[in-house]
Amino acid sequence: MDRTKTGIYIHIPFCRSKCPYCDFYSLASSECSEQYLTALCNELSDKKRLKEYTGEVEGIEIDTVYFGGGTPSLMTPYQLSRVLKAVRTGFDISSDCEITLECNPSSKGLSELLFAAADEGVNRISLGMQSSSDCERRLLGRRGGVSEVENAVKAAKKAGISNISLDVMIGVPDSNEDTVRASLDKAMELDAKHISAYILKIEEGTYYYKHRERYNFPDEDKTADMYLFMSEYLRNNGYIHYEISNFCRDGFHSRHNMKYWDGVPYLGFGPGAHSFFNGKRFYFPRDINAFISESPAVYDGDGGDEEEKILLSLRTFRGISLDKRSDSFIKKAELYEKYGYGKISDGNFSLTPEGYLISNTIISELLSVN
Amino acid sequence: MITKKEHIRNFSIIAHIDHGKSTLADRLLELTETVAKRDMQQQILDNMDIEKERGITIKARAVTLHYKANDGKEYELNLIDTPGHVDFNYEVSRSLAACEGAILIVDATQGVEAQTLANTYLALDHDLELVPVVNKIDLPAADPDRVCADVEEIIGLDCSIAPRVSAKTGENVAEVLEKIVEYIPCPEGDDDAPFKALVFDSVYDNYKGVIVYVRVMDGVLRPGDTMKMMATGAQFTVVEVGRMGATSLESASEIKAGEVGYITASIKSVVDARVGDTVTRADEPANEPLPGYKKANPMVFCGIYPADGADYESLREALEKLQLNDAALSFEPETSGALGFGFRCGFLGLLHLEIIQERLEREYDLDLVSTVPSVIYKIHLSDGSVVDIDNPTNYPDPAIIDFVEEPIADAHIYAPSEYVGTIMDLCQDRRGIFKNMDYIAGDRVDIHYVLPVNEIIYDFFDALKTRTRGYASFDYELTGYERSNLVKLDVLLNGDLIDALSYIIHSEKAYPRARKIAEKLKDNIPRQMFEIPVQIAIGGKVIARETIKAMRKDVLAKCYGGDITRKKKLLEKQKEGKKRMRQFGTVEVPQEAFMAILKLDGQD
Repeated sequence: MDRTKTGIYIHIPFCRSKCPYCDFYSLASSECSEQYLTALCNELSDKKRLKEYTGEVEGIEIDTVYFGGGTPSLMTPYQLSRVLKAVRTGFDISSDCEITLECNPSSKGLSELLFAAADEGVNRISLGMQSSSDCERRLLGRRGGVSEVENAVKAAKKAGISNISLDVMIGVPDSNEDTVRASLDKAMELDAKHISAYILKIEEGTYYYKHRERYNFPDEDKTADMYLFMSEYLRNNGYIHYEISNFCRDGFHSRHNMKYWDGVPYLGFGPGAHSFFNGKRFYFPRDINAFISESPAVYDGDGGDEEEKILLSLRTFRGISLDKRSDSFIKKAELYEKYGYGKISDGNFSLTPEGYLISNTIISELLSVN
Repeated sequence: MITKKEHIRNFSIIAHIDHGKSTLADRLLELTETVAKRDMQQQILDNMDIEKERGITIKARAVTLHYKANDGKEYELNLIDTPGHVDFNYEVSRSLAACEGAILIVDATQGVEAQTLANTYLALDHDLELVPVVNKIDLPAADPDRVCADVEEIIGLDCSIAPRVSAKTGENVAEVLEKIVEYIPCPEGDDDAPFKALVFDSVYDNYKGVIVYVRVMDGVLRPGDTMKMMATGAQFTVVEVGRMGATSLESASEIKAGEVGYITASIKSVVDARVGDTVTRADEPANEPLPGYKKANPMVFCGIYPADGADYESLREALEKLQLNDAALSFEPETSGALGFGFRCGFLGLLHLEIIQERLEREYDLDLVSTVPSVIYKIHLSDGSVVDIDNPTNYPDPAIIDFVEEPIADAHIYAPSEYVGTIMDLCQDRRGIFKNMDYIAGDRVDIHYVLPVNEIIYDFFDALKTRTRGYASFDYELTGYERSNLVKLDVLLNGDLIDALSYIIHSEKAYPRARKIAEKLKDNIPRQMFEIPVQIAIGGKVIARETIKAMRKDVLAKCYGGDITRKKKLLEKQKEGKKRMRQFGTVEVPQEAFMAILKLDGQD
């Protein structure tokens, strides 16, 4: 994996309807607005606003592109093609570039889009399965049944894209080990090369937050048990637990997402998209009109320092080297190992699944002794 | 020669909480143009934030109003505000002693309530003339006729003279001023007698030193005179005398018999000008002081520690500053194994304690950890010696204790008779011994109990208010010490003794209390990385235990499209949260856990 080339994130902030747990920036719409797309393409090819942060705008080499949302599969084949063309105009794109398209299995005309996407160089698909139970899917705001996911996977493979990631949500109301196992079995049956398994978090401002009393969310212990079960089950079935919320078959990690944890530069386009470049963090405000009217990106502090490195590295299975760490840091690491929260091998410290579960606490403790 | 001071009226306003005392005071200030309307902020007399928030008056205040009455004459009306809590009953009594009369406010929607009655009796104790005022007539539920009948029946006050007003809208408020002039007697005094004045408040000011608020009974005092405090014997040269405007002091050439005013004399601390003391002149002293002086002695003690040890000096300075203005506050350095360096502080009661804590935190921006409050116990050791203990940590080994005495109070609870049952249950539960019960007026009763002080300092007043829906009022006086069967409860977290949580309690209550403490700690100490046993022990014997389970989930699962700053902020927030925690060995305990133990609910 290239640890220097930049990744590109492209935000498509439209959804037919908002899912009750989601707090990403998106607007209700059944299509991707042309006006937005034009603004997006202009920024991708000219980088007018990013110049302030990137300095030199020519010759930025990229090896990942990630379409996230919102619902990128609301784009028409032509729109997708326009955006990728703008990417190619604006950046030096490597031949082995990973190009991921997030898709909602329920999007209309998905097969056609997938064929066109494959032609345009898209080689990885991320599908929001969330659960194999139609009942849980409805609870999570997913329109169609799991059969739609099955069809979407088939369509992707038919179009020649077999690097498929499926999202699974744990901590769903009324869920238990059995429902989690069923979803994982389904993901494996569909030959998912990658599984993103997020613990449901009730974010302020979401539907779930507003109506949290109505739902039977599993408690801290049950959720933790499900997470540990999932990790073990997937590892027993040949997946690598390579990041807190991500599992993959050997060689199929998300190269784009790894850039976040590895401290590699990335540029985000669209409202709410974040960037890290030349040691600076910045983002476009969560306001589509501001983006369209070319409001500038907002500086969000410097990044890439030692503190960040610790907090990001410990999210992954690679962990962090104990070389040159303070005695109290090492002592803490040893204590975590003793209690099963971490492991030390060859002078490297990484977290176990039990440790991932309480990583906020562990990381803040380690930062305080670093 | 004793003369009448026809143009002066000295009065206070008494009321049940929320019946509109401060609002009426504001209206009176406005009407007499003591405060310009544009300077008028709500409730000008309660100028501490805490007073405004809690709706109570902590410090007494005074203000002089100039009023031209319907008879065409100019009057000087001195309004002396009173504190409204049992912790400050002594201050109330001194304020009332400075007046000839009082306005009794009754809410037109509520009628006579507990404090209405308790305050009425306090006022009558001081022979004050009472002018009833029916307030809140603007409210739809107002029933002034019924309320007047109530007052006449229960208190026996003639309500035909009672102005019916709305302090909120200002309706009829002018009538209140007329009634003050008409019904409250003017003060009397002898300008030629030796100077004699009652201190009803004293406040430290950075520029002037202590400002001593007084009611002059006899004589005249001028700048340059040498004044003498009769209780402490301290002498000072008078720098300034004068009267109180609402927003500033107005200096004068003299203050004399009948008047309410202030004195400054470069006094360094309020300890030298305690409330209740008598001011006289050193060269021509009065024969005897005014009656009723009591030195306010702390009854409740707790350890106050800075959450961050580096703030120890700042805490000391803050306490020193507060003490300048609060003669009842005491403090001395102490150390705790669990909390490090701090101070043992003494207070009049729990409200006083809470107010001081809040002021330290707000006005001096200190993060504090405080220990469970305690009273002073007298421990008789087997060798015949006696030690006073105000800190459970210092409780001697039970093996060398002969017996223990605890402070006892004489308590009166005033309430409607329908609450007698629940009040007696509460007092019984607090080891009270019933003395007697009097029907004082209508269906009101005065229930007299003897109660151990340690049973009333934590949450007794709260429990009483809850049980009587706020209708009861409560008054107590320390009467002495009695032998009692007490034990010390120790709290162990993860096997380590947390000295700051030790607790002295009657042995019969030890078991249920221990279980409750263990539960509260379990509920209030957040889960940590490792399982933590909570044990409550007497001596070496564990009598209650709980387990705080290990934390299972504290993770930011999603990466939010590379929004790392969000994650960093979350960790920052977590770090801030940790600052409010206290590290005990391996266990972090938040301040709320201490508070939860302190406020163990009285209903159990």
